Amino acid sequence: MPQQSDGPKTPPPAPARQDGEGSQRLPLPDSSGGPRGVLLQIENLSKVFHIRQGFSSQEFHAVDKASIVIDSDKPEIFAVVGESGSGKTTLAKMVLGMEAASEGILRYKNRVINDISSKEMKTWFYREVQPVFQDPFAAFSPLKRIDGYLFETAANYKMANKKEAPRYINEVLSEVGLTLAEIAGRYPNELSGGQAQRVAIARALLTKPSLIVADEPVSMLDASLRMSIVNMFRNLKDHSEVSVIYITHDLATAFYAGDRIAVMLRGWIVEMGPTEQVLGNPLHPYTQNLKTSIPSIRSSDAWNEKIDLAVIETDEYTRTGCKFAGRCPAVMDICHDNIPPNVQHQGRSVKCFLYEDDGAPTSQKVATPALG
Amino acid sequence: MGTIIETNNLRAYYITNAYGVERTVKAVDDITLRIQEGEVYGIAGESGCGKSTLLRVLLNAYDPPLTVVGGEVVYHLDGERVNAADMTEEQQRDLRWRTISYIPQGSMHVLNPVRRIRDSFHDFISAHRDVSKAESFALTANYLRDLGLPEKVLASYPHQLSGGMRQRVTIALATILWPKLIFADEPTTALDVVVQRGVIQMLKDVQQNEGSTLVLITHDIGVHANLADRIAILYAGKLVEEAATQTILESPRHPYTRFLIESLPSLDSREERLSIPGRPPALDRPPSGCRFHERCPLAKDICKTIEPALIEIAPKHFTACHVVEEELSHASAV
Ligand SMILES: Nc1ncnc2c1ncn2[C@@H]1O[C@H](COP(=O)(O)OP(=O)(O)OP(=O)(O)O)[C@@H](O)[C@H]1O
Ligand SMILES: Nc1ncnc2c1ncn2[C@@H]1O[C@H](COP(=O)(O)OP(=O)(O)OP(=O)(O)O)[C@@H](O)[C@H]1O
Ligand code: SF4
Ligand code: SF4
Ligand SMILES: [Mg+2]
Ligand SMILES: [Mg+2]
Repeated sequence: MPQQSDGPKTPPPAPARQDGEGSQRLPLPDSSGGPRGVLLQIENLSKVFHIRQGFSSQEFHAVDKASIVIDSDKPEIFAVVGESGSGKTTLAKMVLGMEAASEGILRYKNRVINDISSKEMKTWFYREVQPVFQDPFAAFSPLKRIDGYLFETAANYKMANKKEAPRYINEVLSEVGLTLAEIAGRYPNELSGGQAQRVAIARALLTKPSLIVADEPVSMLDASLRMSIVNMFRNLKDHSEVSVIYITHDLATAFYAGDRIAVMLRGWIVEMGPTEQVLGNPLHPYTQNLKTSIPSIRSSDAWNEKIDLAVIETDEYTRTGCKFAGRCPAVMDICHDNIPPNVQHQGRSVKCFLYEDDGAPTSQKVATPALG
Repeated sequence: MGTIIETNNLRAYYITNAYGVERTVKAVDDITLRIQEGEVYGIAGESGCGKSTLLRVLLNAYDPPLTVVGGEVVYHLDGERVNAADMTEEQQRDLRWRTISYIPQGSMHVLNPVRRIRDSFHDFISAHRDVSKAESFALTANYLRDLGLPEKVLASYPHQLSGGMRQRVTIALATILWPKLIFADEPTTALDVVVQRGVIQMLKDVQQNEGSTLVLITHDIGVHANLADRIAILYAGKLVEEAATQTILESPRHPYTRFLIESLPSLDSREERLSIPGRPPALDRPPSGCRFHERCPLAKDICKTIEPALIEIAPKHFTACHVVEEELSHASAV
């Protein structure tokens, strides 16, 4: 099947490819002391896109002042869930240096990484931080054999010499349920979606990174493989001190694997905190909406009432108040024209007027629970 | 309502020869099934077990190295029985354009990257109907609005949309002319659960309003639960179980299906959950006997050598497993 890949698509997710052969000098990571403790710091990060419409140009925030801190002494799986189009991939791309931030600061191990264009910076950064993307077929050129990528990455980052490379690669592949013999010589379109995704994950693991930014790494996989991949993330975290930013639409695996979670809506992080609290007892009306929309396999729970997609997305980015006001069952007057604050409540942060005044919803506000 | 597509002992292999190494991947191996007109037929199974391959063969849209080496695909079109292999070019085109629509896996790529969305829709619609640009734009705008896609999408290029938006646009493109037969390969994987629910509803609407038949592949058993009438479980190129959705979910019999249903994580517990033991088998050297035997906790000697037949263990409930078959014969002997 021909793939139309070379259009104005996502940037190539393969930093290893761009580095070519010559990464001789070992880069200088930040071993110079400095305050330890922070692996990744995302501070007020925004991305503004301009959309041309006729003669005018509309501006909107795909990510709006996101702040997240991941500690280095406490590796974790940080789940990011939320609406399709809410800015999750854009956030990931900024962290990965594939999209320039419009505002805000990114730090990795105390180095500012807003600009990693220098070669030395790049080599250091992409050994430390590895991406795994939504669409495995976009990560590989259809004209190139898939094992070639693995050997290239192993060589570029000096993970194994020529003789050891097959063994090393096979070992990493076995972590994702594949063997080198199985994929050797194959082109990407000769693999199933799930197989291609597992190869992409294996490639990310090859450099033994400290942080993996995984954008929907399991959406192509069956339930059992999903569990083996998220179990693998859990293992990497527990035994190899690897942190993972795990972007997903699968709330069940986010709940299962995530230590903390951020819920995004229209560029905002609307709720963030320990996964058990946030998904166990969601406070933000959007998180509640998400939770009740999980398709259940119990026939008694089949969805009955209709949802109207038309109200979604149409104008939410450009709303002046709360982006959820148009479909929030708990909406109040104040929500239409004012941006809700980030409130600390019950061990998490919630961006919603309901929880202002340190919490206890006022009586008028209580009229909310029946959401669906 | 009768059968609309059937396969009989269908075998479709990928036969490749790279650098003198021949490889035959038995992706669809002896599959017999009947899809009823107007039903939603769900297909589930491990990644790499042959679901997409089966769909491509059902659609009669495949090229080498994929080769049908045995069996047949038969369509029942307007009361006529047409063997896919015997179709003329004309019949094929007609089928492809008028009756069938296909939402391929990873379908975000089918959009032309250098055309604006509204132009892609116009290209598509005008290829099928005699419409002006204004008419196709209006039709498109209305339809996209129903799907909750913002106005800005119309003038956008595919790369300017999020993954989920692109996927919805593709589904819209495939269904805007209300086809009779819809083949959807993982149509909702890139969507959040709220939008997923909306998209499923929309597929259901199209299906019900038009009496269309929907063949749906997804890994998301929750989606099957809400949409499919029947579910077929594939394992390593074989059909191992087929039954009404509720039966598959509540009383699956094949050991693989039981693992599949039990390994589903939920929001009820964070306790460690195990995945199915072992690895998916390589289909160029599939295991002998029952293809699941290396991973099956119930496996017996016979499983290693003799392939279990797909038998009807209860009305409309088919399973291919020696142990299930044995239990059945014991039960009926009593
Ligand atoms: N290059 C671009 N130019 C213009 N708009 C863009 C661009 N890339 C993304 N966007 C817009 O930014 C918003 C966020 O997109 P993003 O891909 O980050 O969403 P997402 O949360 O990853 O969604 P999904 O779950 O569907 O993958 C979308 O409205 C999208 O249309
Ligand atoms: N062009 C090809 N050449 C050789 N083998 C192929 C080719 N395409 C697919 N295969 C193999 O055929 C088998 C079935 O692939 P298929 O894409 O049908 O799986 P699937 O069930 O759809 O998996 P997934 O859920 O991961 O999409 C896989 O083992 C795959 O490696
Ligand atoms: S701020 Fe208002 S509209 Fe927004 S989620 Fe809270 S209650 Fe709903
Ligand atoms: S036939 Fe044997 S190996 Fe196969 S599923 Fe049944 S018990 Fe397991
Ligand atoms: Mg995305
Ligand atoms: Mg597939």
